[in-house]
Amino acid sequence: MSVDAVRTHRLGPVEEIPVGEGRAYAVDGHQVAVFRLRSGALRAVSAVCPHAGGPLADGLIDAKVVICPLHQHVYDLATGCSSTGQPPLRVYDVHTDDDGVLILTT
Amino acid sequence: MPEKQRLVVVGNGMAGARAVEEILERGGRDTFNITMFGEEPYGNYNRIMLSNVLSGVEEEDGIFLNSLPWYATNGIDLRAGVKVQRIDRFGKVVLDDAGNELRYDKLIVATGSRPFIPPIENMHHPRRGYHQGVFTFRTIDDTRGMIRYARDHERAVVIGGGLLGLEAARGLQQYGVHVTLVHAAGHLMNAQLDAQGGAILKASVERLGITVELAARTAAIEGKAKVEGVRFADGRVIPCDMVVVAAGIRPNTGLAEVSGLTVERGIVVDDQLRCLDEPDIYAVGECVQHRGETYGLVAPLWEQARVLADHLTGVNPQAAYHGSRTATKLKVAGVDVAAMGITSPAPGDEFVVFSEPGRGVYKSVIIRDGRLVGATLLGDVGKVGYLMQAFDQGLPLPEERVRLLFDLGGPTASESAEELAGDAQVCNCNGVSKTAITEAVKATKTLSGVMERTRAGKGCGSCKSLVKQIVDWAAGGAADEDPAANWYVPGVPLPKPELIAAIRAQNLRSVSAVFDALAGGEEDAKSKMGLVSLLRMLWGDDYVDERGARFINDRVHANIQRDGTFSVVPQMKGGVTTPAQLRRIADVADKYAVPLVKLTGGQRIDLLGIRKEDLPAVWADLDMPSGYAYGKSMRTVKTCVGSDYCRFGVGDSTALGIAIETRFQGLESPGKMKLAVTGCPRNCAEAYVKDLGVVAIDGGRWEIYVGGAAGAHIRKGDLLATVDTPAEVMTLTGRFLQYYRENANWLERTYAFVPRLGIERLRSLIVDDCEGLGAGLDERMEAAVAAYRDPWKEGLDPTVPGQFRTSLPLVVLPQVPVR
Repeated sequence: MSVDAVRTHRLGPVEEIPVGEGRAYAVDGHQVAVFRLRSGALRAVSAVCPHAGGPLADGLIDAKVVICPLHQHVYDLATGCSSTGQPPLRVYDVHTDDDGVLILTT
Repeated sequence: MPEKQRLVVVGNGMAGARAVEEILERGGRDTFNITMFGEEPYGNYNRIMLSNVLSGVEEEDGIFLNSLPWYATNGIDLRAGVKVQRIDRFGKVVLDDAGNELRYDKLIVATGSRPFIPPIENMHHPRRGYHQGVFTFRTIDDTRGMIRYARDHERAVVIGGGLLGLEAARGLQQYGVHVTLVHAAGHLMNAQLDAQGGAILKASVERLGITVELAARTAAIEGKAKVEGVRFADGRVIPCDMVVVAAGIRPNTGLAEVSGLTVERGIVVDDQLRCLDEPDIYAVGECVQHRGETYGLVAPLWEQARVLADHLTGVNPQAAYHGSRTATKLKVAGVDVAAMGITSPAPGDEFVVFSEPGRGVYKSVIIRDGRLVGATLLGDVGKVGYLMQAFDQGLPLPEERVRLLFDLGGPTASESAEELAGDAQVCNCNGVSKTAITEAVKATKTLSGVMERTRAGKGCGSCKSLVKQIVDWAAGGAADEDPAANWYVPGVPLPKPELIAAIRAQNLRSVSAVFDALAGGEEDAKSKMGLVSLLRMLWGDDYVDERGARFINDRVHANIQRDGTFSVVPQMKGGVTTPAQLRRIADVADKYAVPLVKLTGGQRIDLLGIRKEDLPAVWADLDMPSGYAYGKSMRTVKTCVGSDYCRFGVGDSTALGIAIETRFQGLESPGKMKLAVTGCPRNCAEAYVKDLGVVAIDGGRWEIYVGGAAGAHIRKGDLLATVDTPAEVMTLTGRFLQYYRENANWLERTYAFVPRLGIERLRSLIVDDCEGLGAGLDERMEAAVAAYRDPWKEGLDPTVPGQFRTSLPLVVLPQVPVR
């Protein structure tokens, strides 16, 4: 690792994200979409669809993927890889602390 | 460098010359010194075009393929007008009629065909060869003779009702000659057409002024010094001044026979076009018999020439000719004809026929074991490309056999998969080329898999059938069966009726409950939207809403745009508004700096470029209900001004349209429902092309059309019923919409749903109520209507946290260009 040290960011209470949906956050100049799966698990990926700039936080999700609302490109939430031939998303590590605050690592 | 071999070609017709051209193209000039013998004193011409020369469409000069200088330029020693008498196979020498000998290393026999002359009495004049006024139709000289003679004679008989005879008859007419066409068989072109097709061709030919005699065997030519008529076997005599014999062709094998080559019906050759037991003698073209077949068409001859050239030049010593499946497409006597394969069905074959004698159109296909084995097209040959391909490659055929004969409305695949160039754009929404699709087939062989990978067919969907064809073609026949094809949504393995039954039986009221009970607990993002629609339709108020299962448009009741902003369309029932509404809309547009205000096709006002976070405030300021321009739901009822103002209107379409929109507003459905009511058949509101369209007709009655479309797919609706009152319109509209909601597949628009069920079936269910469904449909529709709530009221009290929070926090929205 070079200059960029690992940094953590407090995004806010997890309740800001309804179960089964995503919300977007501006983190250090990056746009990050954080999803709260029905299982309670959290996933975070870059929020802008590489295809045409679609807002991924508005996408439909299941336990594995998010679908971009603009042109239905599909991305794996765990790896960021697209199954519809697009460049991959950046994947972020995200969890909650003991107070239920979202902690994102960049 | 080894010394060049001598290649001698006997025959300078289309096959001989083409073979030489192919040899030259493969660098044959370095290997061979080429000598060609041609019996006719000309270069090489396109024999097929002789009928055009006869009819005056083409000049003689225009049909030459290779003029005399071409031979010199290519170093070919052409001996035009010289006939070869014999081949000395052992001495490897040919002898011509001038007595010259020429040694060869390799020899190609391309002597073509000669006219077949049926045994007819008095054909020949004892001293002059053919009787003066009797012609065959094979060469330029024949053609010139016919033209000369026709100019100062009045009545001609053409013997032979095949292709050549028809062309001769038509051609002779140009010289003011009355033509009688005499054919021995029971119908015209019997080698290519079935009897019904032949009958229609006969009618077309007769319309041109040609008299046709069928089942007529010519026994004799009448007249001593000149031709005076022909006599049939039954004794009848047709008076005439000239006779053209065009009763078919036979392989011209005289030279081969006298030289000791093996000849049956034609010169027998193997797959390299080599004569039997002759290492150095080849034959090509119409004189050849290959695997028992002789060919009289040009396409097989081209194939043979290529194989022969590959073999002789050593470019591909393994080149082999396997025979041709012959398909013909031509214009005969002004009539388009295409034919392939067998002409009459065997027991057990499927035989699909369309016949429209009035227009001279006839189409038939013969299908055996799901494969096309024969086809005849007459008058309209639009489908020939596709049929030839299906015939040639044994492609799987469409379930609806009528699609073999016609391009039905909408997404047709008139351009067949194979004909399409690789870089041709197949999906115009997502810019997917044919090559991209065929590449994807290497990875997955199901249609849905390919669509998923390439996104072809995932825009407007109108190219889906073409995508399927390409996938089938690229998969080498048929794509793998897609098990999910019949499921309502891809993530729950049940068709719609079974899915509804299971949801009811197990009392499943939320999307997650459906996944848990029916899909092994596995969520599927792609299935959620369809399930939401279905559950809302089934449960109404008792549906348990999970916001995350909705598509973004349904979460925020607006239509997402390319930059992540939304469009807002307030309700404007029937397209009718007021000055007060317009002022409010204008104020809102100013206040929120709306970049684009646009009138929609559904007669509404669209405010584009609204930020997500502004939506609730915009709605509040508008103080108008949602216009539903975003969901898979009842969208708009478009109207014309009807009878109040329009001087043509025969019914109050405006009032009825507003009433329909008021009653059915916002109803979710498998696909969009766009409606219209128009006040007279002038159709200003475009009711004929709506999911449901109502047309006022004179006498105070109303017509109801269903299944129309004018989007990616264009279709005129089918007339469901004509009724007397607006009340009946309301009832039937409710029934139809409810039946569609309950029975259509997810995203199946009415333009697909209505033809799938058939308008007769729908009419008997909905109008005649033959199965007693009416009361139930009415009741469930009533419940759905009662459960309506304006979604824009949610703006005051968001359902979930951050419902209207931006999803692109760092992008300055909107980016819609200001106009």
